[in-house]
Amino acid sequence: MSVRVLIPSALRRYIEDKDTVEIEARTVEELLDKLVSQHDELRRQMLTEDGGLRGFINIYVNDQDIRYLDKYQTRLKSGDVVTIVPAIAGGVA
Amino acid sequence: MISINKEALDQIRRHAESSYPAECCGALFGVKNNDTRSVSEIIPLPNRWDGESAKQRYLITADDYIYLEKTAEEKGADILGFYHSHPDHAAQPSDYDREQALPVYAYLIVAVEKGTARDIACWVLCNDRSAFSRETMNVTSS
Ligand SMILES: [Zn+2]
Repeated sequence: MSVRVLIPSALRRYIEDKDTVEIEARTVEELLDKLVSQHDELRRQMLTEDGGLRGFINIYVNDQDIRYLDKYQTRLKSGDVVTIVPAIAGGVA
Repeated sequence: MISINKEALDQIRRHAESSYPAECCGALFGVKNNDTRSVSEIIPLPNRWDGESAKQRYLITADDYIYLEKTAEEKGADILGFYHSHPDHAAQPSDYDREQALPVYAYLIVAVEKGTARDIACWVLCNDRSAFSRETMNVTSS
């Protein structure tokens, strides 16, 4: 059940400068829980206070956006590749 | 501190002016040593918002970000941060800027007043995400 997670350069400093981690998880939700459980700073940058994913963080399972799959309940299988990618946004209002 | 040459800064100003009244955006490439970011190159990007939205928002999509990571790696550079313009607003980050920012990056903002680029300021989000602090900008001649 091991899944490979690709970490964007923007977040590597919160996870010992790793660009890849292997995590055992059956769903995206479980994967996110495990990913941030030992990295408080990563949690703060990726998740809001109520535990939702920040709007600018995108998660792909094998290049498919989880928004178009089953979101947090998207099932994972051994060998899947999960990619975390931030969008960069802002503006005057 | 962020160090950037005058030519790159002028390029950002021109991008901001030609995009007015829409916001422009782009990336800052270079190297980081301790607390000093030295910009070697700017990468202008399209604002993925259009129409009215683009007048008060900018967006660099996840696909754009993947392109930037790849390009930076090929150039042996780091993504140091991003720039964007504030049409008819001060060069200060908005609440929306803060919600969307990551502490790892520098955010350079150029104010554009009636089509003319004015103040430029650089900001870094603190780790607890509560506020930006202003970065000293060192403008070099070459
Ligand atoms: Zn802004």
